[in-house]
Amino acid sequence: MSVTYIDAIREAQLKLLREDSRVFLYGQDIATFGGAFKATKGLAQEFPNRVFDAPISEDAMLGLAVGAAIEGMRPIIEMQFADFSSIAFNQIVNQAATHYYRTGVPVPLTVRLPSGGTPGSGPFHSQSMESIYAHYPGLIVVTPATVSDAYHMLLDSVALEDPVIYCEHKFLYRWLKAKSINGDYLPIGQARIVRPGKHATVVTYSAMVHEAVRAAERLQADGWEIEVVDLRSVKPLDMDTVLASVARTGRLLAVGEAFPWGGVTAEVVARTVSEGFHLLDAPPQRLNSRDTPVPYHPKLWAAHRPTPESIGEALRRLLSF
Amino acid sequence: MPELDVQPFTDGAVLNREYIRAAFRSMLRARLLENKLSSLYKAGKIVGGVYLGRGQEAVSACVGAALVQGKDVFAPLIRDQAGRDAFGEPMIDCTRTYLGSVMGPMKGRDGNIHRGRPSMGMPAMISHLGAQVPLVAGMLFAKRLKGELAGVVGATCIGDGATSTGAFHEGVNLAAMEKLPMVVVVANNGFAYSTPNDRQFACRDLVERARGYGIAGHAVDGTDLLACASVIGNAVQRAREGHGPQMVVAQLLRLSGHGEHDDGSYVPDTMKAGHYGRDCIEVAMRQLVEHGFATVDELFAWQEETAEEVQRSVAQAQQEPTPDPYSDDWRAYSTRLS
Repeated sequence: MSVTYIDAIREAQLKLLREDSRVFLYGQDIATFGGAFKATKGLAQEFPNRVFDAPISEDAMLGLAVGAAIEGMRPIIEMQFADFSSIAFNQIVNQAATHYYRTGVPVPLTVRLPSGGTPGSGPFHSQSMESIYAHYPGLIVVTPATVSDAYHMLLDSVALEDPVIYCEHKFLYRWLKAKSINGDYLPIGQARIVRPGKHATVVTYSAMVHEAVRAAERLQADGWEIEVVDLRSVKPLDMDTVLASVARTGRLLAVGEAFPWGGVTAEVVARTVSEGFHLLDAPPQRLNSRDTPVPYHPKLWAAHRPTPESIGEALRRLLSF
Repeated sequence: MPELDVQPFTDGAVLNREYIRAAFRSMLRARLLENKLSSLYKAGKIVGGVYLGRGQEAVSACVGAALVQGKDVFAPLIRDQAGRDAFGEPMIDCTRTYLGSVMGPMKGRDGNIHRGRPSMGMPAMISHLGAQVPLVAGMLFAKRLKGELAGVVGATCIGDGATSTGAFHEGVNLAAMEKLPMVVVVANNGFAYSTPNDRQFACRDLVERARGYGIAGHAVDGTDLLACASVIGNAVQRAREGHGPQMVVAQLLRLSGHGEHDDGSYVPDTMKAGHYGRDCIEVAMRQLVEHGFATVDELFAWQEETAEEVQRSVAQAQQEPTPDPYSDDWRAYSTRLS
């Protein structure tokens, strides 16, 4: 008996609907159809008045969520693809993110963003938006990489008083399985050391955690012990865990699937240099996707994002200093 | 100007003496307060810009006065001082915000017309036009989920320019699809900042759009208090009684610049001299007396009373402390995370 990453997301929403009458689900094709990825399969049948199909109006979906949150509800908005949240960008960053600071009234809403690339999905169904949203004060941005985190971090996101951008990785939906939905629980804001090591630290998040672990396993054959840190939430960013890891290894590689200009990996490197320069034995490195839109063909796509091979190469360069 | 599809004084349940008097008093309070704000702006006493609702008071006040604070939702926009007042926003909220008092509802963190009190049913607008339309729909949607929607109305005001935004379209369409008790009042003052209607939309009249959304549309002369009271009052009543979203398009002219930094010189003199260039306050005063809603003596007394109220409100806000960057908590989050 195993549970997949998307099962965990569905189970979390089921539990929330059962236990918290303030929770409702709103998104395109999520009611009878159960969602484009089936993350809400069967939920409308059990809760016909709490799971709603939305029109293709991402701006209005988020506007509705902010209004509902003001009224004390806990909306969970499913964006069909993270890419489409660009249409809702204004409501997310200008309405939701600023609301508590401006008015003192929190807007507890959760936006689920099916994120990241999958083979054949192309430029508009593959994007990673976490860096964009993390840029804005007032938003919490989480990026679960495990089945247990997918479950518990969704529960925790809905419990928070602030707007949460919950980035769920589509590549992990069915591929990632666990024996149980309950792993080693950590609160939002704490990173996890996935794999201990002593020669270099890889700081990453979401699906790249698994690619980094594969790279680390390959380097182990050559005697390198690579520590892998899963950020879990990119905002807040747990620099304590990152710096403690860099203090042990002296070397940092930050890996992300998002585009290379700025973003989470740049933030991790910048903060490590400014707060922990004395801990570094080598120039900290970054590895992201290539600086092009996400390509359609699986062969191009596979070479666009970081892979165990490219992460391994970056680590070898880092270790050669 | 299309003909009114609701005749004044026919079936308006809320159209009565007290409603009209309340609306007028809010028009007056808004006008005198904004005249004062304009002077203070020119004297360099205002923090940031000043945006007046001059010429739009009748429309705005008729929206606010038709709503019940604590039950209904009112999402004002840039030119809704009169509507805010009629909805029950204390004048001190306005003066505190414009004069930079830390005791205002936004504590100096946001200013001028961006203030609001979401918990009392008056959300705080953002500058991105149309954005409040789906937000009001969301507040009503939540009230429905909570079983608290019966007899409730949510209203928002926007301008002709905002009808060009995606948010407006998405929001009105969503409200129509959900059959929410929502009133969207479009004040068509002819110009979005400096851009005239003929560079904004191609339909004959914005009220035609209502049919496309499948909702009721009403046109009104926005310079005519009694017409506004009838049409807007009835639209609110229709929404309250379960007839779904209502769109009101009020034709008028902005009797000021976009803000006080703008002299509005792009508005042709022919328009200023035309029908909609008339001052709705002057029109309203004549109407009140002619129809016996108020006496001339009452009008004078209200003016005097209001002028004093404005003075008191400004003086109080000016004496209050301004925000202190050293004691502000600088937190954008309600949650305390590590």
